[in-house]
Amino acid sequence: MIFAGHDITVTLGRRAILHGAAFEARAGQLTAIVGPNGSGKSTLLRALCGEVPFTGYVTVNGQDTARLKGWELAALRAVLPQAATLAFPFTVIEVIRLGLTAGTSAGRDRLTLRALDTVGLAGYAGRFYQELSGGEQQRVQLARVLTQVWEPVAQGMPRWLLLDEPVSSLDIGHQLLVMRLLRDYARRGGGVIAVMHDLNLTAMFADAVRMVHDGRIIAAGAPAEVLTDAILSRAYGCALRVNRAPAGQATWLLPHMASA
Amino acid sequence: MTLATFDRSAGAVPQDRVAAARRLSLWLALLLACVMAASLAIGAAGTNLWSALLSLARGEALSVVDRTILWDIRLPRTLMGALVGAALAVSGAVMQGLFRNPLADPGIVGVSAGAGLGAIAAIVLGASLLPAAVMAALGAYLVPLAAFAGGWLSTIVLYRVSTRGGRTSVATMLLAGIALGALAGAVSGLLVYAADDQQLRDLTFWGLGSLAGATWAKLLAAAPIIALALVGAPLLARGLNALALGEAAAGHLGIAVERVKTLAILAVAGATGAAVAVSGGIGFIGIVVPHLLRLASGPDHRALLPNAALLGASLLLGADLVSRTVISPAELPIGIVTAILGAPVFLWILLRRRMVVDL
Ligand SMILES: Nc1ncnc2c1ncn2[C@@H]1O[C@H](COP(=O)(O)OP(=O)(O)OP(=O)(O)O)[C@@H](O)[C@H]1O
Ligand SMILES: [Mg+2]
Repeated sequence: MIFAGHDITVTLGRRAILHGAAFEARAGQLTAIVGPNGSGKSTLLRALCGEVPFTGYVTVNGQDTARLKGWELAALRAVLPQAATLAFPFTVIEVIRLGLTAGTSAGRDRLTLRALDTVGLAGYAGRFYQELSGGEQQRVQLARVLTQVWEPVAQGMPRWLLLDEPVSSLDIGHQLLVMRLLRDYARRGGGVIAVMHDLNLTAMFADAVRMVHDGRIIAAGAPAEVLTDAILSRAYGCALRVNRAPAGQATWLLPHMASA
Repeated sequence: MTLATFDRSAGAVPQDRVAAARRLSLWLALLLACVMAASLAIGAAGTNLWSALLSLARGEALSVVDRTILWDIRLPRTLMGALVGAALAVSGAVMQGLFRNPLADPGIVGVSAGAGLGAIAAIVLGASLLPAAVMAALGAYLVPLAAFAGGWLSTIVLYRVSTRGGRTSVATMLLAGIALGALAGAVSGLLVYAADDQQLRDLTFWGLGSLAGATWAKLLAAAPIIALALVGAPLLARGLNALALGEAAAGHLGIAVERVKTLAILAVAGATGAAVAVSGGIGFIGIVVPHLLRLASGPDHRALLPNAALLGASLLLGADLVSRTVISPAELPIGIVTAILGAPVFLWILLRRRMVVDL
């Protein structure tokens, strides 16, 4: 089962932001979207979830998303925006409850507490969302998104997490916690599509990487195929050199090793 | 006062504020019953509700005076106060949910002024613009419907102007509201010049805002529109809750955002329009009531909307009682009472929430 965007072109204002991008992600995998600031990663994600008008078409599990109703899509995929706002003084548990698409039965309420636990926020249920730190807020939003599609597979169909920079404000411990959580979601059959800036975490956890540059996907493949000196240097506009860990697996890269 | 004693700083936030809100509903219903009884019992004339009820219970007929005062004056006024108060509070709550902002109030952002313009236009121009048959068919509904149309138009313009890409700018909303209100006020002023003496008498109570003109005819004209909005509003609760995350996120949760927005605008316009049509512009109920309730039992619209109806009705009836007893037998315009109560609360919200509200 795949989540795919075909020939996605997005024009915002009078600027063309994505130029016929072709995107594909597989269920059971964590697919990372990487690329420099302003390259169009968020726009690609927003097109995939139908938030911005685009030409081309998007399919989830083989179905054209344009033919699915809002609530049908909501049962298939959940979306974490790059920046989240909240208008009223909701408590943490109330925010997460918003992720439950139907009412709040007691059993499902236990789900919200479990979601809170998995993002490392047990005991935060009664706190006010607006009084949390940035990283805590980001994890509350993640818990809300997880609650929406808690089971990675439902009725034989994979469900999808579309996340825009899910670890951008987290400390290293919580970055690892969340990345493990996402990898686990994919292992259990769900699909995870995440916009990432941290290339080392991407190399460690992603099963597939899409490199966005200037509104186009310039490289797609396994981390080792995409995260190469040539592609990185071209995309980010500075000479970067990747390395292999002694154990011989994941690629890693240090800013120290960039030459101008 | 029991509502404000909820302590947010002590970390004593109950995990489940839904249950607290349910209990609150019971208390608010009780409060409304008491205020309605008081509103029936107290008035400039010395009619005593209890002796009247006792004599009714004994099977005796009421005196003509008692009957007129209770049945033709106090009962419609009480029912209308309750309906208008509920309408103002609920439209405030719905509008704040729609604009994702605690300062959005139909009175402040020009929707009441738009509704007032609609009503004034109907009174002054109705007879000359509309065919007599249409006038006759609409009857007493003409003014509430025109007020509804005026409120609806202003809400739509306001939302279009202040919302870009699914996010509402508070500064734009308040400024656009001021401009809309000023425009509607100016055109209303022009219409007043064009009015004849009879129409002027019809118009005078507008500026004051009062329940004194309550009659069964007005009540019956406004009640269906307000009732529809009050009954329909709770259906929007889940959508308004999700909208707190922004339009895009609400859509991803499976909410039909456009439909929620359209219905919310209709509900606000209907409730505000009908309320303005029968009682003029009464300010601040729409901002004070939802804010107190959010402090007491949280912002969940499933509890907020019904509770706002109950508390709004009680508060407006209470203000009406004050307005007709302090300088009895004369009456203070009720708008003065609600403004004295409400304006400081508004300023207090602005001060306290400056960090949260992205002004
Ligand atoms: N609403 C908009 N109107 C006009 N241009 C926009 C709009 N949103 C984004 N853009 C432009 O589109 C380009 C891509 O933006 P996008 O948000 O997709 O970048 P990104 O790859 O997610 O960057 P970042 O790493 O900073 O999050 C940017 O140049 C941005 O200025
Ligand atoms: Mg981005």
